[in-house]
Amino acid sequence: MAKFSELGNDLYTGKRSYNIIGRRKLWYAIAGVLILVSIVGPFLRGGFVFGIEFSGGSQFSISQVSNASQQAGIDAVKSVDPAIVPLVSTLGQSGIRIQTDQLGDAEQNSVRDALAAAYSVQPSDVTINFIGPTWGADITGQAIRGLLIFIALAAIFMAIYFRTWKIALSAMIALLHDLVITAGIYGITGFEITPAAVIGFLTILGYSLYDTVVVFDKIRENTAEWGDKSTRTFGETINLAVNQTLVRSINTSVVAMLPVASILIIGAFVLGAGTLRDISLALLIGIFVGTYSTIFIASPLYAQLREREPKIQKVDQRVLAQRAARGSTAPEKVTESISAP
Amino acid sequence: MAKSTAVKRARRTLVWLLVIFIALAGVNLAGTIWGGGSFTPKLALDLEGGTEIILAPKTGGAAVSDEQVAQAVSIIRQRVDASGVSEAQISTQGGQNIVVSIPGTPDDATLARIEASAKLDFRAVLVSDAASVPTTTPTPGLSATPTVAPTNASDLAYVTPALEDQFLNIDCTSTAATDAGQAPADQPLVACGEDGAKYILGPVEVAGDTISNATSGVAQTSSGASTGQYVVNIFFNDQGSSEFASVTTRLSGLTGAQNQFAIVLDGKVISAPRTLAVITNGEPQISGNFDAASSKTLADQLKFGALPISFTVQSQNTISATLGSTQLISGLIAGLIGLILVVLYSLAQYRVLGVVTIASLVVAGTLTYLLVDLLSWRAGYRLSLAGVAGLIVAIGITADSFIVYFERIRDELRDGRGLPSSVQAGWKRAIRTIFASDLINLMAAVVLYIVAVGSVKGFALTLGLTTIIDLVVVMMFTHPVMTLLAELPYFRDGHRTSGLDPRQLGAVYRGRAQFKSPSAAIPRSKQESASREAARRQTIAERKSAGSTTMVIDPPRPSDDTTKQPGTGGSDKGAKR
Repeated sequence: MAKFSELGNDLYTGKRSYNIIGRRKLWYAIAGVLILVSIVGPFLRGGFVFGIEFSGGSQFSISQVSNASQQAGIDAVKSVDPAIVPLVSTLGQSGIRIQTDQLGDAEQNSVRDALAAAYSVQPSDVTINFIGPTWGADITGQAIRGLLIFIALAAIFMAIYFRTWKIALSAMIALLHDLVITAGIYGITGFEITPAAVIGFLTILGYSLYDTVVVFDKIRENTAEWGDKSTRTFGETINLAVNQTLVRSINTSVVAMLPVASILIIGAFVLGAGTLRDISLALLIGIFVGTYSTIFIASPLYAQLREREPKIQKVDQRVLAQRAARGSTAPEKVTESISAP
Repeated sequence: MAKSTAVKRARRTLVWLLVIFIALAGVNLAGTIWGGGSFTPKLALDLEGGTEIILAPKTGGAAVSDEQVAQAVSIIRQRVDASGVSEAQISTQGGQNIVVSIPGTPDDATLARIEASAKLDFRAVLVSDAASVPTTTPTPGLSATPTVAPTNASDLAYVTPALEDQFLNIDCTSTAATDAGQAPADQPLVACGEDGAKYILGPVEVAGDTISNATSGVAQTSSGASTGQYVVNIFFNDQGSSEFASVTTRLSGLTGAQNQFAIVLDGKVISAPRTLAVITNGEPQISGNFDAASSKTLADQLKFGALPISFTVQSQNTISATLGSTQLISGLIAGLIGLILVVLYSLAQYRVLGVVTIASLVVAGTLTYLLVDLLSWRAGYRLSLAGVAGLIVAIGITADSFIVYFERIRDELRDGRGLPSSVQAGWKRAIRTIFASDLINLMAAVVLYIVAVGSVKGFALTLGLTTIIDLVVVMMFTHPVMTLLAELPYFRDGHRTSGLDPRQLGAVYRGRAQFKSPSAAIPRSKQESASREAARRQTIAERKSAGSTTMVIDPPRPSDDTTKQPGTGGSDKGAKR
């Protein structure tokens, strides 16, 4: 790991520096492609799959079974169509309740027969009912209202804290990028969108903004002292800040992703589909994309927005002219510019 | 040498943290022993199962529209949520029944909260009588139309012979009469009081849907002393306020029973207070036969509105968990594996400093457990599988605060500060970042908690909880511990394995003395990069000084408030950024 801490040193001093801000067209292009895939992909695959909690579904109830085993019900439903994810619970002492997505008539009958066989009852003893969504329009409506208020407040907070609305705008665009891609992954893989996935989604929303604030706080520090005496252009100053926080970004995302990844692996490969898989996929992708977008979307966007300001343009031109006079094209690889106090 | 103030402060903070811990554990213990709490948090529907209540509409054969059912679901959800963050599930079945699944076994108060329609009206009292068993028999065929048109809602002309007969023959002491009080809003009504008293009431003057908010609590006298009586405080909207003001204006001028107005809930008079004053601010208080639970139930019902239709409990069944215990155990195992990976990674990245990360996470974990336990006892919070996953994810976000902090300390070390002063300077920068970023999460938590319903509300609570714990741990544990560790020779002198070795971190300066003669003083082998840095920097400095007459490089500044270490105390903040 000595190598890694050395990288940290080099990034901090500017000895080694990844040109992130300068290659913004590349990152925008990548983001554009990813967003396009995330929007088009789900439709090519057949749209988003909503869980029973959102769309409602079919409910099979059997009372007075001699063996109220939940597994028997799961196996019976899976024998009809392995793609169905049933929610099986026992009701009282000897009742069994199986909820599935809304099934077609034929499929519904096969499930009924399979269940009747599994629990040794007559098919007529299996009651079929339509159940409405537990996550109704009222929850969605309230959640969206809450989100809009939060995002508006977050934007105002960032604009005040950083004293420029341009940071808020960059952060919001990066946030949008994260949400579209995370949602897209669900559409493309066909994982069910369940309340757990939505909760994961909300966590990502918070994380994405959180991460942006951390990195932008360093940008704020560096650019606050940027001015007429600087030997770097504005973009290069931001680039240095992003590089200086790169080790933090990597460490944080790895630490955040390790537990999530182990949940996803155990959830998906040991347990099969279910709450754990749904929530951890959203989180894993979201944490990665959230960290990525702060560095590769929000920061270049911010640099681009600010570079057009006449005052900044003036300093940048002077810096570049001085550099040209020296016959150099890159900033001096120094820790910082030295300025008289 | 006397210990510096930073060290003293650090010790004091750690003692406070210990006090918080003991207090939390004590409250939990007390709750477990006396208050019906437990040392493990309660689990949600998906993990523990609960009770499934099926409510069927009481319509008397009339069709129920989809909108009515949807509206009822929404109101019932709010009522259930008001009793705590238990993440109940509410859905419809067969288009008209409502299925409420709640964790645990509901008590009668919970059932009442869910099923009662909560239609509340204010009517003027025309005639009242104490509880009595009627001695006469009803006379059929009496006139039900007033002979004189009533002039206002207190006009006794409303009391027709038919109404009077009904009044005389109603037996409010028997439970069968509780459903008696049904009449259109513009008609007078015979109704029973909770204590068995009976009333003839005028038409509805203020309807319950003009209530904008309702709270419950113990009434206080004007001097602020508690009367010990539970009341429900009602806050009307503008329409309700003005209607209520005109009712009280009229009634306060009347005497006897006509001075009273009745608060009618689902056809039953829950309170019929005298009108002693004109209430113009639209904030009346209902007193009645309330205790803490029933006053809260009524306040919640009033706040969230009346159900469009009444429901009865059709069936009530225990229901098992939908996710087997295998899911929870697998989730916990996955979390444990993830934690071990985090520990290994921290150790690899931060060497012995990683131990501080691990200790901080342990402190955060314990605090979280105690608080979740406390919330599950006091606020009805229940852990669902999604909640468990959220808490596991919070590990990463909490660890970020430490990472931000450590990286800042390293940055300061790279600039050639001594460790104690690096810790303090790094902290000042880090805490600003941590505050700003945690504020974002806290904002999300508060907004979603207030606005959202259902499981989003539960999520908001988890998020807010972990964010506050993150702040508490980094301020009250990680930073004080770092301050104390910075005084230990092992860390202070930057041992190779400490994770704070200035040589490995490529510190730019080796102290002020050495900076004065850069190329000679900088050791060769290990610090090659550092020496290159210093040399380069020097060239720039020289280049710049050629252009300006006065040049200050690295103005020496006293290190903040820590004991100075000879040779490592050089500070160059002025020149750094």
